[in-house]
Amino acid sequence: MSTDNPSASVDGEIDADELLALRERVDELEASVAEMDDDSGKKMTIIATQGTFDMAYPPLILASTAAAFDWDVVVFHTFWGLDILHEENSKNLKLSAVGNPNMPMPNAVAALPGMDAMATKMMRKRIDDNDTATVEELIDLSIQQGVDLQACQMTIELMGYDEDEFYDGVTTGVGAATAIQHMAESDVQLLV
Amino acid sequence: MSSEYDTTETLDVKGQSCPMPVVKTKQSIDDLEAGEILEVVATDSGSMSDIQGWATGTDGVELLDQVEGDGIYTHYVKSTE
Repeated sequence: MSTDNPSASVDGEIDADELLALRERVDELEASVAEMDDDSGKKMTIIATQGTFDMAYPPLILASTAAAFDWDVVVFHTFWGLDILHEENSKNLKLSAVGNPNMPMPNAVAALPGMDAMATKMMRKRIDDNDTATVEELIDLSIQQGVDLQACQMTIELMGYDEDEFYDGVTTGVGAATAIQHMAESDVQLLV
Repeated sequence: MSSEYDTTETLDVKGQSCPMPVVKTKQSIDDLEAGEILEVVATDSGSMSDIQGWATGTDGVELLDQVEGDGIYTHYVKSTE
């Protein structure tokens, strides 16, 4: 079987036009590689779907830390995750005593009235004693550092919230397509 | 405690835990000029690994030294740009 390339020039010479076209192509490629190298800053997108007291922390801690690395960070809050950005609700996030095998009580007891409140109070005290930042502090810190905290518009309407009930600096009017676009451009994508 | 470094500023994050030592170090170093050195004093043992990881992954900073003693973790970070 012949491996001859039928388009190769017969005499093995490249004409001037062809050479010019090749040089232009190389310049274009070099420019696009340089552009990629220049874009050294990383990007992270976190999708925050949970609104319990304990689950408010991981997205905010990771977001504020990544911002300290000069990363471009987006946190897209949807469903119960929206409560983290809701100024009033964020101060009353609850911990669930049920369904967590690490709780020092059986589920049958944890399901009794008042147990969630008790578990939340214990956790808040530990966080306070340990000088761990509050959810509000982490939100302020994240916004200060340029993290884009986004509130899903569909969920805002589903929950009957008003846009001005969220912390100053929170982005509203965004949906799944915006989140997808950020995820596609990101080096790190997390669902919390 | 004197140090061998000519520090421009000291950041006290004693008592604070993750992510504060890293985040506040970043905020403080952003206010310094190239060549200036920030001293970070922490009690969070995780800050030894965290400040090192942050300095490695972040442009414009250089970790000069980390000193551990009596439950105090001291970090020397230089701004390079």
